[in-house]
Amino acid sequence: MNGAFQIPTMAEMMAQGKQPEVLFWVGCAGSFDDRAKKITKAFAKLLHQAKVNFAVLGTEESCTGDPAKRSGNEFLYQMQAFMNIQVLDGYGIKKIVTTCPHCFNTLKNEYPELGGNYEVVHHTQFLKSLLNEGRLKVAGGKFKGKRITFHDPCYLGRANNEYEAPRELLHKLEVELIEMKRCKSRGLCCGAGGAQMFKEPEKGDKDINVERTEEAIGTNSTIIAAGCPFCNTMLTDGVKAMEKEDTVQVFDIAEMIANADDL
Amino acid sequence: MAYLPNIVFFLALVFGIGYFARNIRKVIRNIKLGKEVAASDHTSQRWSNVFRIALGQSKMVKRPVAGLLHIIVYLGFIIINIEVLEIIIDGLLGTHRIFAALGSFYGILIGIFELLAVLVFISVIVFWIRRNVLKLQRFWKPEMTSWPKNDANFILYFEMILMTFFLIMNATDVHFQELNQGNWVSKHIAEWFRNAPETTLHLIERTAWWLHILGILIFLNYLYFSKHLHILLAFPNVYYGKIAPKGKFKNLESVTNEVKLMMDPSVDPYAAPAEGTENPAKFGASDVMDLSRTQLLNAYTCTECGRCTSECPANQTGKKLSPRKIMMDTRDRLEEVGKNWDKNGGFQADGKQLLDDYITREELWACTTCNACTEACPVSIDPLSIILDMRQYLVMEQSAAPNELNVMMTNIENNAAPWPFNQMDRANWINEL
Ligand code: SF4
Ligand code: SF4
Repeated sequence: MNGAFQIPTMAEMMAQGKQPEVLFWVGCAGSFDDRAKKITKAFAKLLHQAKVNFAVLGTEESCTGDPAKRSGNEFLYQMQAFMNIQVLDGYGIKKIVTTCPHCFNTLKNEYPELGGNYEVVHHTQFLKSLLNEGRLKVAGGKFKGKRITFHDPCYLGRANNEYEAPRELLHKLEVELIEMKRCKSRGLCCGAGGAQMFKEPEKGDKDINVERTEEAIGTNSTIIAAGCPFCNTMLTDGVKAMEKEDTVQVFDIAEMIANADDL
Repeated sequence: MAYLPNIVFFLALVFGIGYFARNIRKVIRNIKLGKEVAASDHTSQRWSNVFRIALGQSKMVKRPVAGLLHIIVYLGFIIINIEVLEIIIDGLLGTHRIFAALGSFYGILIGIFELLAVLVFISVIVFWIRRNVLKLQRFWKPEMTSWPKNDANFILYFEMILMTFFLIMNATDVHFQELNQGNWVSKHIAEWFRNAPETTLHLIERTAWWLHILGILIFLNYLYFSKHLHILLAFPNVYYGKIAPKGKFKNLESVTNEVKLMMDPSVDPYAAPAEGTENPAKFGASDVMDLSRTQLLNAYTCTECGRCTSECPANQTGKKLSPRKIMMDTRDRLEEVGKNWDKNGGFQADGKQLLDDYITREELWACTTCNACTEACPVSIDPLSIILDMRQYLVMEQSAAPNELNVMMTNIENNAAPWPFNQMDRANWINEL
């Protein structure tokens, strides 16, 4: 990166009387988890490169409530939702982009019934539109011709029917996309959804993330592309469990684009 | 006594249809034990789903072999039933092949029926082999105990027998064979009977005719006890199926009201509840009465095909959870509640419930809410919604979440994130750029 850049919070923007084009909803994983933070930074760099006027909520952002709702704690979920809606509406937010499909799904589908109405897009969708508008250039770079497989996040794919945006980006990176047998609407979960991320799995004969990683590695790809910080963690753990860290890497598509020409 | 057959036929029809109607009323009564749901929205989308998914079998063909075979049996079922109309009119009026007046068109019609009958017969045999010889995994999961397995096979035998009677009936119908129109298949079977005297043939024809129609009436009444109720319920079930994106889980209104009260500073939290306010609503579901009517209709519609279970990540990795079992348990419990109702003229507490007595917590907590089951289901059933309702009961009524989840939720309450990080560090990544 040629020199650091500043990312304003909404409070700062507001103080200057400005409105961003889009709010970047970072999400809890993207804010705190060391691996996921890399995705956050990569995406922020891409936004900056494409000259997108964006802001974050900073310390005013709070868990969307997804893991609480899916654990069955509707109370906690709605408390979180109402608080977030208050903040978002206070800043007059119209459009939100997020790197987490869980935040994306909750903000987009579940907040409207509690009064929060925003245009919400997943970062792969947003990057795709930046490309189409010619604001961002993506070229193969170092991923050109590499065998890569893509893991569909449940909350982007089945939950919201978006299978093409991430694949279009991979296509632009000129990779050789090898689909797993269970892909798109039949994609196998990474094992993290429904708050499983936060607990040990029930008794069984295998961990879901290992089952999925085996399938991904079975495509003989050197990179497993993901579009969700939780899938990313699960698959990275899977690769470690299979002792394949030396030959297989897990990347978010945003990281791949940012890395393609060494941003 | 010339009218005796007509009278017997009439009685068989009345009894057969009457008993069926009685059981269907029971199904409806049981479904109505569930909570009312609003489904007056998206009417055109709902009808289009019925045409695409139920009538058009669009989800069945995602698995091409089973899908194609199923379409044959399903088409056979619908089309051959036109023949049943003729049988009923003949039976009531004492006529013989009344539609034959249609001339050569009748020939074509029957010809098609005969071809379909053969195709159905072959498909059913392949189905039987898949279940019993190839032992496809999804038909041999633990919830497929003896009754579900037998139920599936009974239906296959039924189909084979009905198709056989239909073809024999045509083959031994001397007039029909003499017409030589539409006996595309049965003329070959007629060969086997070539040397039989005409009276014998007539006897066989009548017997096959009677057994065919009685078989259909028995089949109709068998539906209520079987997973084959789906041939009727698939249509309303798909109509009432979820329209919203799969990721959108329903909003609990009762919670919204309470949360609004809690967050509204103008409300006095210590005020006595207004008079006439009902008992606070129960959150989530521990028994079938807490579920919605759509969910109960789902349970009656389930074909026990196991497509959901075979796509379930938890099930594939050896966990106890099976979305098909969730649906089968719901139906079994609902039937039990229904019988209790019949016996006592209302529901008498029986010390049992859906939770724990049928569906265990271990199953509920294994779900990743990935929606693979709802995507796979050919008739728009939503096992995930039942799992979530039961989790809501466990968490909000019983505070019985697994400990790690309690920790996660406490973190959200205290730190606004599922992990114990300091909220003030949330934007630290910006300075690490
Ligand atoms: S949503 Fe739950 S029950 Fe359905 S397939 Fe996924 S893990 Fe299994
Ligand atoms: S819920 Fe649907 S997919 Fe699952 S067994 Fe029943 S009919 Fe088949």
